[in-house]
Amino acid sequence: MTMAIARVQWPDRISAGDVVKVRLLIQHPMDTGYLQDLNGKLVPRNVIRQLICTLGQQEVLRVEPSSGIATNPYFEFYLRADQTAEFRAEWRDDRGLQGVLTQTLNVI
Amino acid sequence: MNRRGYARRRGLAGLLLSGLPWVAAGLRSAHGQQMNSGHLLTFEEMVKPWVAGARLVKMDVTLTAPILAENGSLVPVQVQVRSPMTTQDHVTHVHLLSQRNPVTHMAVFQLGPWNGRAEISTRVRLAGTQDVVALARLSSGEFRYDRMEIIVTESACVDAS
Repeated sequence: MTMAIARVQWPDRISAGDVVKVRLLIQHPMDTGYLQDLNGKLVPRNVIRQLICTLGQQEVLRVEPSSGIATNPYFEFYLRADQTAEFRAEWRDDRGLQGVLTQTLNVI
Repeated sequence: MNRRGYARRRGLAGLLLSGLPWVAAGLRSAHGQQMNSGHLLTFEEMVKPWVAGARLVKMDVTLTAPILAENGSLVPVQVQVRSPMTTQDHVTHVHLLSQRNPVTHMAVFQLGPWNGRAEISTRVRLAGTQDVVALARLSSGEFRYDRMEIIVTESACVDAS
């Protein structure tokens, strides 16, 4: 079982009230369940079913991907940053493996 | 395996050139692999499960993606919805729908006034040339959409081997 790795990025300087672009990249195979491995065996589907991003107590984005989302899913979205808060991304895949990423969003 | 893939690609290329890609390319990919791909849905079939009779207008949504995607396994798409994103008037959901993929509903994004801007980007998989629809649900319950044809030269549903 490989450990899921993720990375999130936003601008360096954020002032209160700014609408900032957030870029989130998760390392995940996103196996569709339609492809075969090198031995011709069908690789069972394993995709991220749900991704929830929260900033402080506020849920800011919820994504329900399917096999239609590419390997190592990348999401770009915006959020309004009013104060320094903890950003948290949480996802779960078909195997029940859960990944979490937390990073503090600093507002000057 | 390789021979089949090669033959398929050649077949696809030939069909694209012959200007009759829709029907035949569909049959090919369905035959090449055991999956429900290759069937092109109509626009109504694509949006019906989500819209369910609500007002649907083609405006305010901009879907940006390459017209020609060389690799169907990784196609960047961007959806921008013109919306003030206030508590009264905002975008609640953005759906990405595929016309040909075995799974029509590629993803749904739930947004709200806290986003400040109704804009998302991601990377999708496409099983061949098809229309992609970005469907946005507004807080009023109405729907807005944009659609775009993306030509895919190599489908995402080819064997990895």
